[in-house]
Amino acid sequence: MKPQIRVDLQLIADMVEPATRALDVGCGDGSLLAYLVNFKRVDARGMELSQAGVNACVANGLSVVQGDADTDLRDYPDNAFDYVILGQTLQATREPRVVLRQMLRVGRRAIVSFPNFAHWQVRLRMMFGGRMPQTTSLPYKWYDTPNIHLCSIDDFRALCGEMGVSIERAIVLNSKSRPIHMPPLLANVFGEQAVFMLRRD
Amino acid sequence: MLQDLTDAERKALAQCRHAVLGEERPLRLDCGVDLGPYRIAYQTYGTLNAEKSNAILICHALTGDQFVADRNPVTGKEGWWESLVGPGKVLDPARYFIICTNVLGGCLGTTGPLANDPKGGQPWNLRFPVVTIGDMVRAQAALLDHLGVPDLFCIIGGSMGGMQVLEWAASLPERVFSAVPIACAARHSAQNIAFHEVGRQAIMADPEWKGGDYRLHQTAPARGLAVARMTAHITYLSEQALQRKFGRALQNRNALGFGFDADFQVESYLRHQGSTFVDRFDANSYLYITRAMDYFDLAGAHGGVLANAFRGSPTRFCLMSFTSDWLFPTRESREIVQALNAAAANVSFVEIESDKGHDAFLLDEPEMFRTLQGFLKGAAAVRGLGGLS
Repeated sequence: MKPQIRVDLQLIADMVEPATRALDVGCGDGSLLAYLVNFKRVDARGMELSQAGVNACVANGLSVVQGDADTDLRDYPDNAFDYVILGQTLQATREPRVVLRQMLRVGRRAIVSFPNFAHWQVRLRMMFGGRMPQTTSLPYKWYDTPNIHLCSIDDFRALCGEMGVSIERAIVLNSKSRPIHMPPLLANVFGEQAVFMLRRD
Repeated sequence: MLQDLTDAERKALAQCRHAVLGEERPLRLDCGVDLGPYRIAYQTYGTLNAEKSNAILICHALTGDQFVADRNPVTGKEGWWESLVGPGKVLDPARYFIICTNVLGGCLGTTGPLANDPKGGQPWNLRFPVVTIGDMVRAQAALLDHLGVPDLFCIIGGSMGGMQVLEWAASLPERVFSAVPIACAARHSAQNIAFHEVGRQAIMADPEWKGGDYRLHQTAPARGLAVARMTAHITYLSEQALQRKFGRALQNRNALGFGFDADFQVESYLRHQGSTFVDRFDANSYLYITRAMDYFDLAGAHGGVLANAFRGSPTRFCLMSFTSDWLFPTRESREIVQALNAAAANVSFVEIESDKGHDAFLLDEPEMFRTLQGFLKGAAAVRGLGGLS
């Protein structure tokens, strides 16, 4: 029986073709890696910032090294992977643009998921609460958040355009983590998070 | 070839297996000398399966030996990695065919400076050719040929053992399915060469050393070798561990002695380490093996780019380092990881929190055991090795 993994991770896993090579940057406890290895026969590797996370992954038989998305992707050669995955981490990197560029150098495709800062709950909290928004996908207080480069779905699309990166797929999830099908303008309001698959042009 | 053994060698060879190799095809050493015949003393645990897919080679460190998991016949102490190897342990002989050889240049049964030069029949002593980590590995590979082991499911070693693991993976990648270099480096640092040089100078400054011919004169450079061991032993510990263990505690006295006896417990401890070492280790062998470590530079052997040593490597790697190890600090393991990433090799890396210094890899470190267990489980699944859970 297949294990239950987080909805956004399941969406990412579904985008990955079986028997390919993938690097999961910020792989956390390795649940996506384990899924890819065990159910999609993917040669999957991980990079994780926290040493405790790395040790737990390796003790589970996964290939993981300690590393930082901002600095350590440059160690890998061009086209080393079919997919480089960055789940809910882009907004915590120091240079998201550089990280995306590196991902698309190391991998033929990049899969990125991130919280949407233009979600209606965020907008309401800012507009009427007058305080930095706290939601289920953005649970931190302003002073302890690791998220230093938050963006909206439209911001992300714009960056892809500027960088000349093709968006192969975009899946927007509502606050119940269900995919929604709406025009981009509305998706940017009702989407709580998004998963993008990108390709170099 | 089996004549003129030391007592230690005789005891060791009575308790382990050995093979005489290189009689027809001598071993071409890095220094250019052809060595042969030569003897490899080794120990095995478990049996090779029908598919010949479950062999594990354990590589020992500078002063280690082939007695990984059974009583050392010279010291009477239990095997140096008995916490890891044995029934029900992470490396279980019921699952794996485990091999450990005494390294080339060693003094517990394998050919080294103690042996006789086949041409002339005199003891080699300092006329023994200088051997390298690469020579040790080629001798091990020759033994595997002799044993009919085509490739290794895994090769594991700490410190100098880790250097051998890296050399195996770089020079014989098709024979290494998975590799676990622990607390080691891809090249010996200036500081580490410096410490080794102090040790060697202590041995050679001992008048009993006699230019390496002490056995002919029926002497032994025990004081020099003891000082070498004392210096080296400090580098295996950490400041924190020394402080925790000894502090400034006095040895069998209530006040300072105003002399040069071992006033402090730490002095007494080091003297004990030195004096017990000379009972089990040969001074010339110590010179040769420290030299082999000093000469190790994997990047240097591959055009100055470490990643070149691992291009296209099919091997699965798992590196481990310890936070308080200042002899082979985490930084050095990380450099290897970077090189492996640059070669797009399959690599895992774990840094383990410990205050026990370099010695941690020989001690009871549950996180190291967990990591190795998980890594082997993953590797066994890919290899299709049965009987593993």
